[in-house]
Amino acid sequence: MNFEEHVGKFLLAAAGIEVPDGEVATSAETAAGIAARLGPCVVKAQVAAGGRGKAGGIRTADGAEAARAAANALLGASIGGHPVERVLVERRVATARELYAAILMDAESEGPLILVSARGGMEVEEIAGRHPDALIRFPLDVRKGIEAPEIAVRLADGSIWGLQHQMSDVLARLYQVFVRNDAELLEVNPLALTVDSRLVALDCKLVLDDAAIPRRPELAALGTPEPKAPLEAQAAGHGLKFIELDGNVGVLANGAGLTMTTMDAIRHYGGAPANFLEIGGEAYRLAKPALEIVLANPRTRSLVVNFCGAFARTDVMTEGVVEAWQQLRPGVPVFFSIHGTGEDEAIALVRERLGIEPFDLMDDAVKAAVEAAT
Amino acid sequence: MIVRGHERVLVQGITGRQGSFWTERMLAYGTRVVGGVNPKRAGETCCGVPVFASATAAAAELAFDVSVLFIPPLACKAAALDAIEADCRKLVVLTEHIPLQDTAYLLAAAREAGCRVIGPNTAGVVTPGECFVGFMPAFNARVFQPGTIGVISRSGSLGTLVCLELVRAGLGVSAFVGIGGDPILGTSMRDALVELDRDPRTAAVALVGEIGGTTEEEAAGYARTMRKPVAAFVAGAASPPGRRMGHAGAIVTDGRGSHAAKKAALEAAGVVVAPTPAALGGMLTALMH
Repeated sequence: MNFEEHVGKFLLAAAGIEVPDGEVATSAETAAGIAARLGPCVVKAQVAAGGRGKAGGIRTADGAEAARAAANALLGASIGGHPVERVLVERRVATARELYAAILMDAESEGPLILVSARGGMEVEEIAGRHPDALIRFPLDVRKGIEAPEIAVRLADGSIWGLQHQMSDVLARLYQVFVRNDAELLEVNPLALTVDSRLVALDCKLVLDDAAIPRRPELAALGTPEPKAPLEAQAAGHGLKFIELDGNVGVLANGAGLTMTTMDAIRHYGGAPANFLEIGGEAYRLAKPALEIVLANPRTRSLVVNFCGAFARTDVMTEGVVEAWQQLRPGVPVFFSIHGTGEDEAIALVRERLGIEPFDLMDDAVKAAVEAAT
Repeated sequence: MIVRGHERVLVQGITGRQGSFWTERMLAYGTRVVGGVNPKRAGETCCGVPVFASATAAAAELAFDVSVLFIPPLACKAAALDAIEADCRKLVVLTEHIPLQDTAYLLAAAREAGCRVIGPNTAGVVTPGECFVGFMPAFNARVFQPGTIGVISRSGSLGTLVCLELVRAGLGVSAFVGIGGDPILGTSMRDALVELDRDPRTAAVALVGEIGGTTEEEAAGYARTMRKPVAAFVAGAASPPGRRMGHAGAIVTDGRGSHAAKKAALEAAGVVVAPTPAALGGMLTALMH
């Protein structure tokens, strides 16, 4: 789950990391009032999307009137598909250099990984690619955590312009925020070195691990849901992940791996998938609402139902499909391939209640569906 | 991470709906399930085996080689630490949606204790004709037949399809290793490939990957050194890319993770990449001759 900048900065400030003085405004009038107090400031659209600066979502303002104009331009606009409902008005910071600091859960080291660079800013990943030495990275043992002096030792050889003690203090605090909030990513870019040699977090990107939402309800309540198309939102209401695509062959399969494979096969045989829909894990009991969503997509001209049951029982999934099919009586043709746990019962259900003969091979079911859709 | 028929299995969470459903199937197939765990049901019997208050309590009464967790996500860390404390050597973690910091914690503890973790979010492991641990349809003869192909899969459902296709091609499986679908895993595709390379029953390997992460690219580095043939299918060529994890995500993945990147890395290592799972069987047969 993603968060707007001001939520992350609130957590940083509470952990003792300096952030610019500022406030959130939901109207141009309020933004002007805040700017009158702060003086030269920055007006920042609050959206949980990347590329905000490049999209014109960050504007400087030299006084109340300029801040009012900036807020007027940003509020109600859309950035990366997110509507701008709030702006953060912050006092401008006299920056000498832009640094970079982040912690993320890293697959390769199987735990938290700290990334620090003396060259931060919008192009940090390209700079890291061109100058690998400019990036310091070290993994942590999540059981032990880390204190500032230990970080300082690890930064001692790095090229961060003699800032290792200040930087270590910031990183130790960032790590506290990371762990206490079950973050998957906590990124400060840029981390400003001010002209009077302070480190100030000018931005903050926080991603909460979705699996930890049940134990972080207060934080999750402040999160920003992904912007969703209506059918995607309907699916999410059932706990299903549905993505609308450009093609016309609908897909209903169990598990992300098999769903993607069914889409690949559709492409391989000359068709184009109309959707991604995952009904893996416990969601296999939701075959009925899943089918309703796939069929509600007006582009769908034919449908592949491809089940390969391991944990997911194909008989339970198929029963949901058959029930929905008999209720909805859709006009599109459907092609089944069913294997794995419960397949005999599932195949019998399709034969008896729908009068349809399932294909043995997924490839044959897909070929027939591609042909029917064209 | 291969589990063979002689190995003794403990089931943590045996009394739950899924725990007992799959324990009965494991026992019927021949898996040596020797006990179960539920703190509230200690002293009872479930599926014909004794139930203990904890894995450590079980270890005081009987010996086991493998423990499998049928445990809800937020309780997995404690259950895994209990198994590690009980000197478990192989731990199969089926649960999906375990918080990443819990996974990192239990993996660090397991590594220190010399315990091999398979998963999280795996469908389990199968030795056809002998045993299975987890929730794979090992008992379905159209899906699993004994043979000489080692199968490594991130996905349970897609792994099932691949094993089915191997049977249709006249092949069978020496060991199925479900490594799991989570971003952080105890057993990487590379770890599983190393073990199957050393396994005398395995003549060739089928890698079943998908887009996202870098485990296929890392496995390719090892496949390059192998004498046994390796064929792969990577799902997701027609899928939109996954979400971006800030600048940091771009830095650590460094251009890896896409279908094109995985296919290129595998092919550069001499691994043939199948366009659909149905092609894997024919490719492996050709490579073995």
